[in-house]
Amino acid sequence: MSDLDLNPRRSFLSGFGKFTLSASAIALLAGNEKLALITPASAQTANNDVTILNSALGAEQQAIAAYQLGAESGLLQKPVLDLAVQFQGHHKQHADVLAKAVAKLGGKPVVPLKDYAFPKAKLKAQADVLAFAASLEKGAVSAYLGAVPILTDRELAKAAASILGDEAMHWAVLRQALGQNPVPEAFMS
Amino acid sequence: MSIGPTSIATLLVALAVAVLAPAPAARAAGGDAGRGEEIYHRCLACHALAVNRVGPKHCGLFGRKAGTAKGYQYSAAMKKYGVTWDDATIDHFIENPMKVVPGTKMGYAGVKDPQERADLIAYLKKATSDPKICD
Repeated sequence: MSDLDLNPRRSFLSGFGKFTLSASAIALLAGNEKLALITPASAQTANNDVTILNSALGAEQQAIAAYQLGAESGLLQKPVLDLAVQFQGHHKQHADVLAKAVAKLGGKPVVPLKDYAFPKAKLKAQADVLAFAASLEKGAVSAYLGAVPILTDRELAKAAASILGDEAMHWAVLRQALGQNPVPEAFMS
Repeated sequence: MSIGPTSIATLLVALAVAVLAPAPAARAAGGDAGRGEEIYHRCLACHALAVNRVGPKHCGLFGRKAGTAKGYQYSAAMKKYGVTWDDATIDHFIENPMKVVPGTKMGYAGVKDPQERADLIAYLKKATSDPKICD
């Protein structure tokens, strides 16, 4: 990929530096006192929400590891490298918030795998890394789409939807960087 | 022929049972592996074909007993599930994983559309029988 390809969207990308998970979402996840007041009657509900949040946490941890691999591969050139590090930072924020929410619900946050067995041998160029990252981001969007409707706590669902939006932006930007239609469809699945 | 009160009561009970009983999940007849590959992209945040990641690998899925992929740490619920994966059992599970196996680690709403499940299963069958993917 040439700098010429990247220049037209620099102003668009620069906006991502300002994006953080909203303070309200963090408060909803980490500071909502009602999450700490789980009654026996709602224990199964809380267990289900823990399962869903832990699935999301596992996916976030995998994304963090994947961007680490990309950043250390030597295949990414600036400004794409900076973008990858920025996206990794978002995933770290998501993971931190999700882990706190799981703990708040009385669950045990999953821990990152020691080895994700990423296809290192197939990553030979910047485009390969971006395509791999895009596949994980698309999967993350779908994972959150599969989480939002079944999270019992609507505040958690709202926060998960907030993260979904971020994952979808990552996916679109990576597709743009690959020269693909960044938003190929009206509805995500 | 006259219909007595007992017959009417029996009919009403039968009707109530028919209305209230959960219908078996519909299964689509044939799947399209090409469409299924697109649907499989939804799974990639957790799954891969050839390796265990957040979820277990799919190579070797058909004919494998649930909860037995080598090297993957399953939930106790999945270890106890007891089914062997085939078209029907995969279709049933992925429609609503958390309802079918309460306690599964797969915190996901499921694939609700029968045709999408059929397409996904068709792709999984094709991909997992490809020696270039699953040796």
